[in-house]
Amino acid sequence: MTQKFRLAEGGRINRDHPVQFQFDGATLHGYEGDTLASALLANGVHLVGRSFKYHRPRGILSAGAEESNALVQLREGPRTEPNMRSTMVALFDGLKAESQNRWPSLSFDVWSVNNLFSRFLPAGFYYKTFMWPASFWMTYEKVIRNAAGLGKGPLGRDPDRYEHRNQWCDVLVAGGGPAGLMAALAAGRAGARVILVDEQSEMGGSLLSGTGEVDGKPAADWVAEIMDELRSMEEVTILPRTSVSGYYDYNFLTLLERVTDHLDDEPDGKTPRQRFWQVRAKQVVLATGAIERPLTFLNNDRPGVMLAGAVRTYVNRYAVLPGLKAVIFTNNDSAYDTALDLRRAGASATVVDVRKAPRGALVEAARAAGIDIMDGKAIVKVNGGKRVTGVLIRELSEDGKTVTGGSQSIGCDLVAMSGGWNPTVHLFSQSRGKLRFDESLAAFVPDKSFADERSAGACNGSMKLLDCLTEGLKAGLAAARDAGFNVRKAPTAPKVDEAEEGGIMPIWVVPSGKRLGQGGKHFIDFQNDVTAADVSLSHREGYVSVEHLKRYTTMGMGTDQGKTSNVNALAIMADLQGVSVPEAGITTFRPPWALTGFGAIAGRNVGEFMDPARLTAMHDWHVEHGAKFEDVGQWKRPWYYPKPGESMADAVNRETLAARSAVAMVDASTLGKIDIQGPDAAEFLNRIYTNAWLKLPLGSCRYGLMLHEDGMVFDDGVTTRLAENRFLMTTTTGGAANVLTWLEEWLQTEWPEMKVYCTSVTEQWATVSVSGPYARHVVGSLTDYDKLGPKDLPFMTMAEMDIAGIPARVYRISFTGELAFEVNVPRRQGLALWRAIWEAGQKYGITPYGTEAMHVLRAEKGFIIVGQETDGTVTPMDMGMDWIVSKKKGDFIGRRSFAREDTARDDRKQLVGLYTEDDPHHVLVEGQQLVAEVKPTPPMKMVGHVTSAYFSSNVGRSIALAVVEGGRERMGETLYAPRLEGGRPVKVTITDPVFFDKEGVRARG
Amino acid sequence: MFLIDCPYCGPRQQTEFHCHGEAHIARPKDPDAISDVEWADYLFNRSNTKGVFYERWVHNHGCRRWFNLARDTVSDRILAVYRMGEKPPRVKK
Ligand SMILES: [Zn+2]
Repeated sequence: MTQKFRLAEGGRINRDHPVQFQFDGATLHGYEGDTLASALLANGVHLVGRSFKYHRPRGILSAGAEESNALVQLREGPRTEPNMRSTMVALFDGLKAESQNRWPSLSFDVWSVNNLFSRFLPAGFYYKTFMWPASFWMTYEKVIRNAAGLGKGPLGRDPDRYEHRNQWCDVLVAGGGPAGLMAALAAGRAGARVILVDEQSEMGGSLLSGTGEVDGKPAADWVAEIMDELRSMEEVTILPRTSVSGYYDYNFLTLLERVTDHLDDEPDGKTPRQRFWQVRAKQVVLATGAIERPLTFLNNDRPGVMLAGAVRTYVNRYAVLPGLKAVIFTNNDSAYDTALDLRRAGASATVVDVRKAPRGALVEAARAAGIDIMDGKAIVKVNGGKRVTGVLIRELSEDGKTVTGGSQSIGCDLVAMSGGWNPTVHLFSQSRGKLRFDESLAAFVPDKSFADERSAGACNGSMKLLDCLTEGLKAGLAAARDAGFNVRKAPTAPKVDEAEEGGIMPIWVVPSGKRLGQGGKHFIDFQNDVTAADVSLSHREGYVSVEHLKRYTTMGMGTDQGKTSNVNALAIMADLQGVSVPEAGITTFRPPWALTGFGAIAGRNVGEFMDPARLTAMHDWHVEHGAKFEDVGQWKRPWYYPKPGESMADAVNRETLAARSAVAMVDASTLGKIDIQGPDAAEFLNRIYTNAWLKLPLGSCRYGLMLHEDGMVFDDGVTTRLAENRFLMTTTTGGAANVLTWLEEWLQTEWPEMKVYCTSVTEQWATVSVSGPYARHVVGSLTDYDKLGPKDLPFMTMAEMDIAGIPARVYRISFTGELAFEVNVPRRQGLALWRAIWEAGQKYGITPYGTEAMHVLRAEKGFIIVGQETDGTVTPMDMGMDWIVSKKKGDFIGRRSFAREDTARDDRKQLVGLYTEDDPHHVLVEGQQLVAEVKPTPPMKMVGHVTSAYFSSNVGRSIALAVVEGGRERMGETLYAPRLEGGRPVKVTITDPVFFDKEGVRARG
Repeated sequence: MFLIDCPYCGPRQQTEFHCHGEAHIARPKDPDAISDVEWADYLFNRSNTKGVFYERWVHNHGCRRWFNLARDTVSDRILAVYRMGEKPPRVKK
């Protein structure tokens, strides 16, 4: 149980709670409170992964969300997750992690030959190499993916549970460092509803990484006091382990809370693993801190080269010494803190500062502590492969462009680098705030806000602790005030004692004395292996825009989204172009800030909850009787009812024959039903439908076509006059919601003076349609038979009566072309009605049929289905339905468009029937194109397409409906239907679209 | 995601609403009296405004009422919400 690099005391780890974990199969130990990264470092493990393109050995770069190197495959089986940042993975007992991008092992990796051939993998390599032939891309991609790793996705179903939560708040504070804590405190004391969010396991931010004091006490104690007060406030919600993943319009923010990710527990089915918050905040305070920039020097990617601030965090927060002999390489004062802390912890520390004669309180403190400071110098090379073994140092010119003199070699096992700090402006940018470049920080800082937000502290470019605290306080107060709260007793900013810092010397590429790309690499983007030489190459190849540079080099396009690399790359590019950094511009920051798994985004909307299923009252009966179901919109409709041993074709043939030779029943409950009432109801229908409605007698039904204003069919159905001012409209199953919206649109926007009210009653009714020669016998046996006679209930009328003792509306309408009764009862009695009809029909051999038989039956009659024969470009005349278009009643929606030149053409595609010529059993394919003249190869002129095709047992052969240019004038003509699978095109004859009972006598019987 | 102040219900999430395009396009009073070109203009042509744009929305997962709003298409800010039949208010970006 050796943690050789764990300090004897200190840190915020729980030494009473040791933890065992596995990395690449080796058993290691750490403590509760560790991250995977800190525990690996405590065990002296620096080599943790291979890079994406060159497969170079990589170590741990940072101690936070910006980590681009130390990505691991976490957990196993269906819970495994790739690309987890080891710096953000809380250590738990039994944790299992694997390194990525290596084969067969981390220490010996075959693909690292890429590194030797790297001159063949320059910027834009994908674009250059794999351009031709395009069809080879699939092959290339496979090879690249294998080599590139990227981790593995889980194969099984995710066993975890994820939740969504919607929340309003007055002030959302993003970041729980000094600025965020003060903001939350100020807003909380004002009585505002506050949500305080931080990615880390505990609040405190940078205060947990240092050794300083706040208000005369250790910073961590001060944090604890503030947290106690915040926890005591009823309106304050504290969310640790939570990332603000996106900042959208109108202060809508998404948060990813990792509820149980830090526990080893198996899912218990109750506690969510993650919670995805969707928050609408009146005001937002951004206190997201800053991310340290790497310096760009030769072989700056070797394991053991770390960000200086991260080294501090490991020493102070985790009590881990990342190295015993450290070189600190910096262009600013902040890294001197790291040197001091390392020295205090027992390591040796040498500072290499690119600045000549730096002067600042921290520099003086380091000097006083006996730390060797080499000023005006630069690391020109890092030695070592899987771990840093030393550095070469040379004199740097004043402009930072060249190195001179001999090189000095220093042995070391740790290089702590600092190129300055970038305010974390990602969320600010996502909120559409504008950035400006701050010369004194050499970084982008928030300029003009767009949303109701304020930046405070380091993310605002204020790097001193006192400024962070003061700004946080002010921002919290202002946010509370703007959210409508009176601030009576504002807290005061705590006292801190802080050293005055010297300035920064921006240096974007540290010269090595050789040409870029020679003798090693200067990495900018560690995750995507983008080097300074790549940026330089893309500049030479003429890339000017930063957005193009990004895509060409893939800089900033890894899972870290360039958190450490963006500004460095832009600055190098600006330098090459001879313009200032702000002139070169900056790429757009887009959500999400943090990797967000699909599990969290989907929440509980998976499986049966993904899309609600609508079931009819008779659903269970259908299931019991072996129905196969079809989805129609959200409805589950019986498709066909196979008997044992029957194929689908067998079942459909049996069902369709029964409907014409005996009697059959179908569950028609899913048709859309809209109750339309009001004194202007008839006039309204007159305007909505193509035919006339004013004189429809009471109790009569009429078929109607609905058009859009462009004259094209968009829905159809039968509407019945229930009373003088009341109609029941039916719509297609899938179109019901759209039709209701359409009706309401006209009533509310164009004709508000009309007194008409529409209510959806689809769910209120259950409908059984009984068809066939014995339909009257079956339904009649359940009621007064005489009421169903041709005189009492003629075709296209409705009467109310009891059926099997259930009050019902009985419609004599028919979609099969047979004698049919459509019985409607209140939904709760639907199953009873269905059963009664089923029983009564037994002696007539009643057969339940599904949607497939229904489609065949209506096609035999040439009845169209909207959305099958029509596709939004079809007029009633195209469908041969001129008879339903009133020439007398005046205007209606779509009428004017009939006169448009294109709509009036007589060579438009028109509805026809098709018979196959050679094989009467061959069934065409819906969507199959039709040509008049076959050529050996495409293109051929297409004159139409098949819209419906079935085998019809009633007709005794296959039938098809189609739309064909000028089709009605081409009866008897032969066309050809080329087949997707090749072979001879199918010869077809154009016929009338009505295949059965052309005179329509059967339905009227 | 917008926060839309429904004139009948108050502020609600955008997901409760549906946008139906440009507002104040009246159906011609006498469609037969206008040319095919004018009719086609009514049918198909909509302005693609950069700046203040008046558009129709419906609160379809709420009160199901239609209303208009004025939105700056550059900033995506909603500048005014008003009922059907009301004159478009003058708004500043
Ligand atoms: Zn509403």
